[in-house]
Amino acid sequence: MLTKRIIPCLDVKDNRVVKGVNFLNLRDAGDPVELGARYSDEGADELVFLDITATIRSRKTIVDLVRRVAENVFIPFTVGGGIQTVEQIDELLRSGAEKVSVNTAAVTNPKLIAQAAKRFGNQCVVLAIDARRSKTRAGRWQVCVKAGSEPTDVDVVEWAVRGEELGAGEILLTSMDADGTLAGYDNELNRAVSDAVNIPVIASGGAGKLDHLYDAIVQGGADAVLMASITHFDNYTITQMKEYLRDRGLPMNL
Amino acid sequence: MVIDYSVGNVRSVCNAFRHIGCEVELSRDPAKIEKAAGLVLPGVAAFGYAMKALGSAAQPVRHAAAAGKPVLGICVGHQMLFDTSCEYGPHKGLGLISGNVVPIPPGQTVPHMGWNLVELPEDMDLFADLRPAKHFYFAHSYYAQVGEGQVKVAYTDYGSPLTASVQKGNIYGVQFHPEKSGKQGLQVLENFDGICRRNV
Repeated sequence: MLTKRIIPCLDVKDNRVVKGVNFLNLRDAGDPVELGARYSDEGADELVFLDITATIRSRKTIVDLVRRVAENVFIPFTVGGGIQTVEQIDELLRSGAEKVSVNTAAVTNPKLIAQAAKRFGNQCVVLAIDARRSKTRAGRWQVCVKAGSEPTDVDVVEWAVRGEELGAGEILLTSMDADGTLAGYDNELNRAVSDAVNIPVIASGGAGKLDHLYDAIVQGGADAVLMASITHFDNYTITQMKEYLRDRGLPMNL
Repeated sequence: MVIDYSVGNVRSVCNAFRHIGCEVELSRDPAKIEKAAGLVLPGVAAFGYAMKALGSAAQPVRHAAAAGKPVLGICVGHQMLFDTSCEYGPHKGLGLISGNVVPIPPGQTVPHMGWNLVELPEDMDLFADLRPAKHFYFAHSYYAQVGEGQVKVAYTDYGSPLTASVQKGNIYGVQFHPEKSGKQGLQVLENFDGICRRNV
């Protein structure tokens, strides 16, 4: 049986890890390579690096970063942020990333998912969705693009289903409403998406306490939980999280 | 020495060996294959593609294996140790271990991707200091059905038992990715390095 996964997320801006609240008010959280190596040593199951600047100039920087991370991190890691072409994906995978996540480019050009899945395998392609609760439709969420700054008319659950059809191997589902609040994941969102797709869903946004992780898996149906604030700022260690989940009966890699 | 297929991500395997202080060279040169203390077939691409990319290096690898040199196959590299695979049509493998590579039985999500527990038998020296069981990182859709013969096998449970590792004398295979399996993965590579050193 596969274990449930603990995935620290490193948002990278100008070669530093940062973390904000609701995608704003960023705080410095350290050096990405150092922090990545520390999480790898501490027993994290995977890592996610998101280039949140994602400009043309930062593109080369992120490839260099991936190379340096790969020399120090011996668990699978995903890289995302501003990826637009299959060639960029190829370069990141060759540089040592296990998977890449696509977000804005997949919405504007869904074929990118299909092309990448065909060339590198579904397991390499993570569809990242930034979801915001719809103000007009109760119990629905809208897909936001461009680092969450631009809401679209696309419905999150429908987009997740379409993403799976196109060949995404995994969904990285971030609740913008919960992000950085430490108030718990949006498990209504997690459940809606995890019930609609057959691929793993990574719950993201809102982790603040250990029981939040448990709830995302059990109530939300997530296969993995992603967190940033609570690990970067030393609230909990990876081991503490894993032991807690194991003691509540979940299969963990410990 | 890590065999270079010039495809996919072989960097991670090299990084991991370097991290544990093991000298590693990426090459497919027959002279270097003959001189190396041990050989690693990394896990990249689909079976047919990888065999084709291995190409002329296949024969020197077979010779080295027959001569007793430690060989470690990782993921697709592990699958290539067997007779055949049916991934995207029938393909011949290196035939170093009897058996065939077949799809993971239906009923489970494919690819089998993530951390799964491997029961580590007492007599497999690749897993010294890791017994009785450890989690390793898997990412695959096919697995090796081991044939008859003097082969040691470790399994992982994914609805049904899947071959996670094999050993036939000096020939070792791991379906999981030790280079991506944290501390326990690095320990497997250290153990292989130790096996190579003792063999020289």
